Amino acid sequence: MTVTDTATRSSASAAADGVGVSAPRPDGVPKVDGSFVYSSDEYHDGSLWGVTLRSPHPRARILAIDTSQAAGVDGVRCVLTHEDVPGSKLFGMNTYDQPVLAFDEVRYQGEPVAVVAATHPEIARRACELIVVDYEELVPVTNPEIALSGQVEGLPQGGLVRHVRIRHGDVDEARATAEVTVKGRYEMGTQDPAFLGPESGLAVPLGDGGVELYVSTQDLHRDQRQVADCLDLPLDRVRLVLSGVGGAFGGKEDLNVHIHACMLALSTGRPVRMVYGREESFFGHVHRHPAIADVELGATRSGRLVFTRVRLVLDGGAYTSTSQVVIANGCYFAAGAYDVDNVEIDGYATYTNNPPCGAMRGFGAVQSCYAIESAMDRLAAALGMHPLELRMRNAISEGDLLPTGQPVDGPAPVQEILSYLRDLPLPADSDHTTGDMRARPGGVGNVTRGEGIRRGVGYALGMKAIGFSGGKDDTCTARVTVWIRDGEPVAEVHCAAPEIGQGVVTLQAQIVRTELGVRTVELRDSDTDIAESGASSASRQSWMTAGAVVGACALVRDEILERAAAVLGSPAAGLSLDGTEIHDCDGRPVLSVAELLGPESVSHAYTYSHRVTEPVDPERGQGDAHIAFAYAAHRATVDVDVDLGLVRVVEMATAQDVGTAMNPLAVEGQIEGGTVQGLGLAVMEELQFSDGRIVNPSFTDYLIPTMLDVPPMPMKIFEFPHPDSPYGLNGVGEPPNLSSTPAILNALRDATGLELPRAPVRPSDLVIELGGRANRRASARPLQA
Amino acid sequence: MKVNVTVNGVDHSVDHVWALESLLDFLRERIGLRGTKNACEQGECGSCSVYVDGVLVCSCLVAAGQVEGCSVVTVEGLAPDRGVHPVQQAFLDAGAVQCGFCTPGMVVAAHCLLADDPVPDDLTVREQLSGNLCRCTGYQKILDAVYLAAERAGAAPSRQGSRP
Repeated sequence: MTVTDTATRSSASAAADGVGVSAPRPDGVPKVDGSFVYSSDEYHDGSLWGVTLRSPHPRARILAIDTSQAAGVDGVRCVLTHEDVPGSKLFGMNTYDQPVLAFDEVRYQGEPVAVVAATHPEIARRACELIVVDYEELVPVTNPEIALSGQVEGLPQGGLVRHVRIRHGDVDEARATAEVTVKGRYEMGTQDPAFLGPESGLAVPLGDGGVELYVSTQDLHRDQRQVADCLDLPLDRVRLVLSGVGGAFGGKEDLNVHIHACMLALSTGRPVRMVYGREESFFGHVHRHPAIADVELGATRSGRLVFTRVRLVLDGGAYTSTSQVVIANGCYFAAGAYDVDNVEIDGYATYTNNPPCGAMRGFGAVQSCYAIESAMDRLAAALGMHPLELRMRNAISEGDLLPTGQPVDGPAPVQEILSYLRDLPLPADSDHTTGDMRARPGGVGNVTRGEGIRRGVGYALGMKAIGFSGGKDDTCTARVTVWIRDGEPVAEVHCAAPEIGQGVVTLQAQIVRTELGVRTVELRDSDTDIAESGASSASRQSWMTAGAVVGACALVRDEILERAAAVLGSPAAGLSLDGTEIHDCDGRPVLSVAELLGPESVSHAYTYSHRVTEPVDPERGQGDAHIAFAYAAHRATVDVDVDLGLVRVVEMATAQDVGTAMNPLAVEGQIEGGTVQGLGLAVMEELQFSDGRIVNPSFTDYLIPTMLDVPPMPMKIFEFPHPDSPYGLNGVGEPPNLSSTPAILNALRDATGLELPRAPVRPSDLVIELGGRANRRASARPLQA
Repeated sequence: MKVNVTVNGVDHSVDHVWALESLLDFLRERIGLRGTKNACEQGECGSCSVYVDGVLVCSCLVAAGQVEGCSVVTVEGLAPDRGVHPVQQAFLDAGAVQCGFCTPGMVVAAHCLLADDPVPDDLTVREQLSGNLCRCTGYQKILDAVYLAAERAGAAPSRQGSRP
């Protein structure tokens, strides 16, 4: 059977709590009453605690490891090193290059070296301190430009993860026609995903030599393959079950406790819990790549872009993780959401001895959006043009060619998005000399009386691909089962799609209600008993899971109607299903589902695939690599205390096209959350390093926005249905994270007249008397009404 | 040491508590109430917020031994009879829950805020809840939830209750 005309058969959005309404979360009550089980809450009678010993050095040779003292501690059940890894000693997202437990050389501070299982976590921690590792310290390579120079030894692949080249038109020729050119270098520090729920899990050894792992993750099946390879077990002996995920944002794609907990459980024959503390968490997951971007733009005097040239360097740190894909994604959108005929992009991801970087919300496009949008404001200033006008004059639209040669298909309502921000009234001026101190930059603790405060307004536009790109085979499977309980139909959905906070569980229930009309929808735990869903990443999971659930519902409905047709002796084509009743072609109920099914159930799985994509070629970076694109823009309003270098973001106005708002409240929540993560990256969040060592691995020193730091966020959600997706939905989670940061940077530039070439902006960057008078830039012209 | 404490109205007497054991660990591991969350364990994030004798605290910063003879109320104890407290209901209705890891602490803190100031203004809510970090929502829906709870309590003041 095939999935056909689901939209016409279903009464989209008509069903109570169906598609298109803000249906409640099925996990909502347990999350507010404290009974929801996160991976750090997993508990098993008689379980041991696992603790990890990590390298204190960013780079060192391991000469010897002596675990004998630790193993002798009362309460310690086992101590494991690389010698105890049963299978592959390496794991990784795409490339197996990261040691399960270090051997020969540690390549970043915090790299796991040994694991201990004991009856109490404190005993395990103390035992870790008794493990003697004989290190020969080596000089770490911490500068990505030096890593790229080819002059340093000891880095994999000479320091280069991947060079991505994109060539579109002819930049050298176009340069001659450009009447105005600008150049700028923009740097970005390292952002941490800083999810609140720490890495954690429970491994339970099974009688057959296998293991069951309850863990928080973004992709159960990719984890399962890596765990099985490293344990040297067949896949069917490694069962993963999704435990409650306390946020992810990309940082739970790479493995954390997984293999360690399983090794300890299999070695001791006991269940093992592992929970990272906050400090360990900063070493236990990948970060957003820090970036250096050189951007050159050429335009005509009337503000038409003639060429764009970008060189982007992302520091991938010690191991590959997803760096080869992050750099590609950064490059695909490095020219921004603009129609420009001549583009030259070179992106480099490097190896260094900094901590590994990998996926984080936006996946490389955050860095390149920040760079291009900063450069666009510089160009606007050079042209004496309002930055919004420059953007509207060059905005991409449907049919335009991307730098990768792919025509933009699907809605591209960039003009509409920007027009909303242009027409939205600005927030009222704040009178900080008399107003509430809590509203001033710096709040109550650090303010003047408002004498040095200046207002600024900035804009930014972002564009990103939705879903996996570049020829990656991508599927999602769901099973839907309908049976009768207490005389009423009940539907169960089984799908491995990880619920990481975004609400994919809500969506599954909404879809079943819409497609089948069944009110009671139950969600089975996500696990590896069903085929894969792919990762909750790349803003893809709603699209992919919706496709799978819609498909499975169609198969279930078809079978129910065929069975009904057999009973009724009339063709199935004339029948319809509204959850409890079968209706005839006149809409009259003719048979109840309860009567039809009796004690039987109807169950079907469906595997959804999106359209085929292709990799870009290595020479010119050309290819139809993407399935869809999404757009968002921000207008930031800031108050800056230029005497103290303090910032108050006054308002973040935003507009985004979401295709179809499947659950409007959830969509708003994604946009607000993404906007605030971008705000953090603009003005406060930076993981700081000294010679490869993280100096601020705590929430005391790594600051994420609090409720006092966030402003009102007026927003406009556009719904231009995407022609290729279920219900016309589009990915939502990442786009608001792109343009938020550069909009704030541009507002700060507007307020201060400073170049501000680095994000996050630090107070010392903003104090005009101390800071770069030499960096003052020409001011932009006001927007012509 | 031995610790005698009332948690959510139930008396507990626990032996062999470590001198440096936090109230957070005590609640999660000794009493088995894991609704109170462990996100930073240094008083920065508010995920472990509970009441001790009616005072809002970060349970990670309180030693278990300090609650001897006290009455502790956790997220599990806000609503009578395992139902949902109006503040919790407001979080659900306003869309204030995503991953939910901050939610128990945020709910307890919001409950405390509204008990002290039933009609708080915007900056007061922001200031009072600024010790509770959320990484998912951007806080707007949490603000909406607090206003919704305040508004509903205004319609029926007796439902809001007071600090336990």
